[in-house]
Amino acid sequence: MSILNYFRKQKPSANIAKERLQIIISHERSARQQPDFLPRLQQDIVEVIAKYIAIDQDQVNVQLEHIGDNAILELNITMPEIALESSADD
Amino acid sequence: MSEIIVVTSGKGGVGKTTTSAAIAAGLAKQGHKTVVIDFDVGLRNLDIVMGCERRVVYDFVNIIHGEAALSQTLIKDKREPNLFILPASQTRDKEALTLDGVGRVLEELKQQFSYIICDSPAGIETGALMAMYYADRAIVVTNPEVSSVRDSDRILGILASKTRRAEQGETPISEHLLLTRYSLERVATGEMLSVQDVQEILAVPLLGVIPESKAVLRASNTGTPVIFDETSDAGQAYSDAVERLLGKDKPHRFIGEKKKGLFRRLFDRSKEEQLA
Ligand SMILES: Nc1ncnc2c1ncn2[C@@H]1O[C@H](COP(=O)(O)OP(=O)(O)OP(=O)(O)O)[C@@H](O)[C@H]1O
Ligand SMILES: [Mg+2]
Repeated sequence: MSILNYFRKQKPSANIAKERLQIIISHERSARQQPDFLPRLQQDIVEVIAKYIAIDQDQVNVQLEHIGDNAILELNITMPEIALESSADD
Repeated sequence: MSEIIVVTSGKGGVGKTTTSAAIAAGLAKQGHKTVVIDFDVGLRNLDIVMGCERRVVYDFVNIIHGEAALSQTLIKDKREPNLFILPASQTRDKEALTLDGVGRVLEELKQQFSYIICDSPAGIETGALMAMYYADRAIVVTNPEVSSVRDSDRILGILASKTRRAEQGETPISEHLLLTRYSLERVATGEMLSVQDVQEILAVPLLGVIPESKAVLRASNTGTPVIFDETSDAGQAYSDAVERLLGKDKPHRFIGEKKKGLFRRLFDRSKEEQLA
């Protein structure tokens, strides 16, 4: 590997930084607009689901949407494909 | 009309004090009567950066507690007649600042000064909240680095919710992004977030870009705000930022690519070859 290749390998690190930031910040911004209990509710839900299948924090999404006078609690859980067949062993 | 400007960041060590000193000195140089306040109770170092550490007698907390008058406490800069420093207390605990007390001192300062610059401590605790509470404008100091940008975003959220203007439903604090310790070379090699990246993520108007500069250490060694080093890159970048703060339209310097050296040219050529 030439010295030029060595430097070229470093090229994407700023890109990685930017992608990471976009994700972190969009999470935090949406959390900021929610009522206080939502993060804890989300955490509880993750814990309950984690008892049965391996699941990541970011696979559970809890949102409160306001439509007119009503608020709708929207719950989105992305289930890993394998988890539907086998159980908690991954 | 006077304005309160907070210099804040969340993350520590990104250049708030360097920036507070430079911006305050720059505004004073432009003929505006300016005071810069150190809100870092217990860890004061604005006085060091400004070179007046041996002239501190009373401090911010003494005024709040009625132990000294404002006139006894303010330190007049020896270089710039329009510039004054209000030092932080070194000994008292952080709870020494109260929202009411800070409000009273700021009201009194407003009678005399056009610009009041508040140098915030790091973090999002009492000291930082006090520094921003009464602000009309905020300079959010950010380094091109993941944790710093993330903390800046948190601070923007707090500025929009936990300040007087937010609580009273007034016009929101006007926010300015100041990107400091910027290295063009490292941006060019893709090792460092670019000004465009940071701006895209934070979506706050850009006040300026301050390059990573040897002049900053030199200035702090001698207790001189770096803006007084008029030939330095950082000094010039801060001067431009002050002009923008005053509403002038100045093109950004220190963000474009430098003339390519032999190495860069080789590098680019080999990249083109690879793409072909
Ligand atoms: N543009 C720059 N180029 C090089 N060094 C810099 C630059 N800006 C700041 N520094 C250096 O970074 C260090 C931290 O700066 P400074 O004290 O201004 O940060 P701060 O945000 O006030 O820190 P704290 O959060 O502890 O109050 C200092 O050593 C300073 O000299
Ligand atoms: Mg500081």
